[in-house]
Amino acid sequence: MHHLDITALEARYGTLTVLSGINLSVGRGDVIGLIGPSGSGKSTILRVVMGLLPPTAGSVQLDGEPVNYADAAAVRRLRDRIAIVFQQYNLFQNMTVLQNVTITPIKIKKRPKAEVEAEAKALLAKVGLAGKLDSYPDQLSGGQQQRVAIARALALRPEILLLDEVTAALDPELVSEVLDSIRVLAQEGMTMMIVSHEMGFIREVASRVVFMASGRIVEEGPAAQIFDAPTQARTRDFVSKILRH
Amino acid sequence: MLSQIISEWPEFATYYNLVFLAKAAGTTLALSALGVILGSILGLALAVARTTRGLALVPLRALAFTFTEIFRRVPFLVTLMLTFFIFQMFFADTSLFIVAAVTTTLIAAAFLSEIIRGGLNSVHRNQWEAAETMNFSLLQTIRYVILPQAWRLILPPAFGFFILFIKDTALASQIGVVELTYAGKVLNNKGFSPALAFGAVLVIYFVISYPLARLGAALEARLASSRHHRP
Repeated sequence: MHHLDITALEARYGTLTVLSGINLSVGRGDVIGLIGPSGSGKSTILRVVMGLLPPTAGSVQLDGEPVNYADAAAVRRLRDRIAIVFQQYNLFQNMTVLQNVTITPIKIKKRPKAEVEAEAKALLAKVGLAGKLDSYPDQLSGGQQQRVAIARALALRPEILLLDEVTAALDPELVSEVLDSIRVLAQEGMTMMIVSHEMGFIREVASRVVFMASGRIVEEGPAAQIFDAPTQARTRDFVSKILRH
Repeated sequence: MLSQIISEWPEFATYYNLVFLAKAAGTTLALSALGVILGSILGLALAVARTTRGLALVPLRALAFTFTEIFRRVPFLVTLMLTFFIFQMFFADTSLFIVAAVTTTLIAAAFLSEIIRGGLNSVHRNQWEAAETMNFSLLQTIRYVILPQAWRLILPPAFGFFILFIKDTALASQIGVVELTYAGKVLNNKGFSPALAFGAVLVIYFVISYPLARLGAALEARLASSRHHRP
């Protein structure tokens, strides 16, 4: 039993099967890098785990407890323990940076305001945004917004953090500031599942790399294996194309 | 025409007539205000009902959908007559004002629910999704995240509707509610020229509706600037 166990997971959009036979285990402190071509189902795994897309078969277990995605209360309990950061940041446009980070702990989790704000300020300082507390999302660069989104997710005190292509929408020179923030989390032992096209970064931080294609896991192993000595032809093909440029 | 108005004026501007007009204006104002306020509340509830998901709430959505689609499509006068006869059948001693107020509320709710729903749906899907993954309930999502962003899209058409709506309350005269238009007819029947009787009514409608339009414009301007977050 691991922290998070995904077993024989299948998901569909209408009649289109987007995930099938997914088996994946995430231990405490693991950093799982999910890579693969667009449309291979990497992000879909995160969406299913998060309860945004109901699985059509298989199971997700958290500490050995199967999650019943048809049960709203069970999904709420799951979302108390797992947080997700989206590609498009999804910050609340009507709130300042500080409000974005504090609203859920204060209004939804009903934690004391002073404590939450102090913690939020510390988190924002950690991602290098101590001076932007009162800014609105549309006054920030993409990289800054994404770092706010990471701070917002961390303010939920998640056990597992899901990162869905968090640098894919950013200008190249803003990518590194976001990656730096994630790198710190990895060093602190945060359990993460990272979907990314930043191969150098995945190679550096991931304790295990999962290569996906066409809704299936093709190959899984340490970064060195996936990038340097892949056992599957499909992986080799992908990696060689990626590393060529 | 002007000389006629001037010659009639001393007789027209009696205490009795002015009080009569003021009371009628009060009725129009009350019908409008009730329709706008209760209609907005009910309209918001209908709009929210239609954004729910899941099988369990299908009846609620169907009810909200049916209500909205029917009352937006049936002419005001027909709704008024229907309400009137239903009240006649079951609660015959209800005052005509209440009948008219219920009708205006039903109609305002149907129209405003579509305006509000349009506003709610215009907020990007990712805002709903972010709130959902952080365990916001539907009502918390709408209150904290969606409505604050939807206001600026809801207000212009809503105020446009309010202005049309004030005029539409004139139809209540058809069941005998003494509101402004009815008062105009009464004064006309008493022998005052139509120019004077309905001219007075016109001025009062304007005095009621113009400040509302200004309020709408002021709110829109405030919201437009808050889009850039500089109050």
